[in-house]
Amino acid sequence: MTDTTETTTTTLQTAEAPAFPADRTCPYQLPDSYAELRDKPDALSPVTLFDGRRAWVVTKHETARRLLADPRLSSDRTSVHFPATSPRFEAIRSGRPAFIGMDPPEHGPRRRMTISEFTVKRIKGMRPDVERIVHGFIDEMLAGGPPADLVSQFALPVPSMVICELLGVPYADHDYFQDASRRLVQSTDVDGAVKARQDLNDYLDGLITQMQARPGSGLLNSLVSRQLAAGEIDREELISTALLLLVAGHETTASMTSLSVITLLEHPEQHAALRDDPSLVPGAVEELLRYLAIADIAGGRVATADIDVDGQLIRAGEGVIVTNSIANRDSSVFEDPDSLDVHRSARHHLSFGYGVHQCLGQNLARLELEVILTALFDRIPTLRLAVPVERLTLRPGTTIQGVNELPVTW
Amino acid sequence: MKVSADRDVCVGAGLCALTAPGVFDQDDDGVVDVLTPDPDGAQQPAARQAVNLCPSGAVRIVE
Repeated sequence: MTDTTETTTTTLQTAEAPAFPADRTCPYQLPDSYAELRDKPDALSPVTLFDGRRAWVVTKHETARRLLADPRLSSDRTSVHFPATSPRFEAIRSGRPAFIGMDPPEHGPRRRMTISEFTVKRIKGMRPDVERIVHGFIDEMLAGGPPADLVSQFALPVPSMVICELLGVPYADHDYFQDASRRLVQSTDVDGAVKARQDLNDYLDGLITQMQARPGSGLLNSLVSRQLAAGEIDREELISTALLLLVAGHETTASMTSLSVITLLEHPEQHAALRDDPSLVPGAVEELLRYLAIADIAGGRVATADIDVDGQLIRAGEGVIVTNSIANRDSSVFEDPDSLDVHRSARHHLSFGYGVHQCLGQNLARLELEVILTALFDRIPTLRLAVPVERLTLRPGTTIQGVNELPVTW
Repeated sequence: MKVSADRDVCVGAGLCALTAPGVFDQDDDGVVDVLTPDPDGAQQPAARQAVNLCPSGAVRIVE
C-alpha cells in the first residue's frame, strides 16, 4: 500500500503500476483501475504497458494541460522511448510520421498547410452538406428497417462521406478504406497493423497519382497541386498526412456517434432535456465529448529533460501518457464528474487534447455531432437499443473507444 | 481589458473564434485575427474563456 508520504518520492520503477490501458466494462464509465488512479492525490501515476515497460499516466486536469503545453515533452513517435500502448503501435513507427508525431519547429509549418480547411467559418459553411449527408443515411436506414446496425448504416458512413468531400477522396472507395482503417486501429498483432498501414499507403499513393494527372477539389488535391508540386512536402510525408486526416476524420466521429447514442438512451432524463430544448445540443456535444473521451490513449509523449511536476519527477527518456478520460473526470474541475449533465459548461475538456497538437478537426467533429444528434432523435424519436447495453461488445482499451456494432430498433 | 494574439504561435484550433466570435476571428489561412482588441463588458467573459481555452497560448489578455 502507498500513502501520501511515500508517493512524494515515487519513481517510475518502484511504485505499484497497474496495467495500462484498461478495458471499459461500461461504454461511458471509467475502468475501475482508472477511477483508482483518478482518486489518488498525485497528478502522475506509474503504469505498466503491454511490453512490460512503465510510463507515467497524468490524471489531473490542470497538470495535463500544463504538460501538454510543455516543450520538454516530445511527440516524436519514432523515439525508442515513446510509450507504445499496444503491439499495433509498431505500424505507426513503420512509416514516416505525419505532423501529429513531430515537434516544433518542424510541426508548425506542416500543420499550417491544412488549417485553412478547418476554420470555424469553413466548417460553418459545411453545415448544409453535413445535413444532407446525415438525412440521406437516416432515409436509407428508415427505408430498410427496423432493425438496423447504427454503426455500419449511419455512424461510420456519415463521417466517412463528410471527410471524403473535405479531402477530395472518392466516397466510392469507402469499403476499402474503412476496412483498412478499422484494421489499422484495431489489429492486435504487429503484422496485421503494418499490413493495414501498407494497404492504406498504397491506396493513398495511387490516389495522389490520379490527383496529379487529373486535379479535383478538396484538401488533398490542394496539397498535391500546391505543396507537393512546390516541394514543400515530400510524397511519403503527404501519404502519412492523408492517412492521418482520413482515418482520424471518420473513426473518431463514428465512435463518438455510437457512444453518444448509447449514452443518451441510457440517460432518458438528459435525452428528454435535449429533445425539449434543441438549443442545449452544442453544450451537450461538449459534455458528451468530455464524458466519453474516446481517444483516451492519444496523449503519449516522451520527456526530453527532467521535469519536476509539483514534487514528482519525470526523468528524461520516460514516457508520459495524458489520459483524457481520467483528466476529464477531475472533480476539482468538473463537479460530480461521473454524471452526464447536458447543462454543464464543459468545453475545457481535454478530449481533443491541448497544446500545439490539439485536434485539427475539432470544429468539424462538433458540427457533425450537433447535426447527427439533432437529426437522429428528431427523425427517429422512438430510437432504442435492440439489445441490452450489457450485451454490447465494447472495443478494448488499446484503441479508439466505441463499439463495432450497435443493433437499434424503433 | 485588452487582448492580443500571436499569429506565429497560433495552431488554428479555432477555439477563440468559436468562443468569442466578436473578439477573435481566423483569416483565410486559418490563423488568428483580433477583431476587437478592447472587448466591452458584455464581450469580456467570452474573451476570457477564449484565452483560457487557446491550446497554443497565442491568445492573451494583455491588461
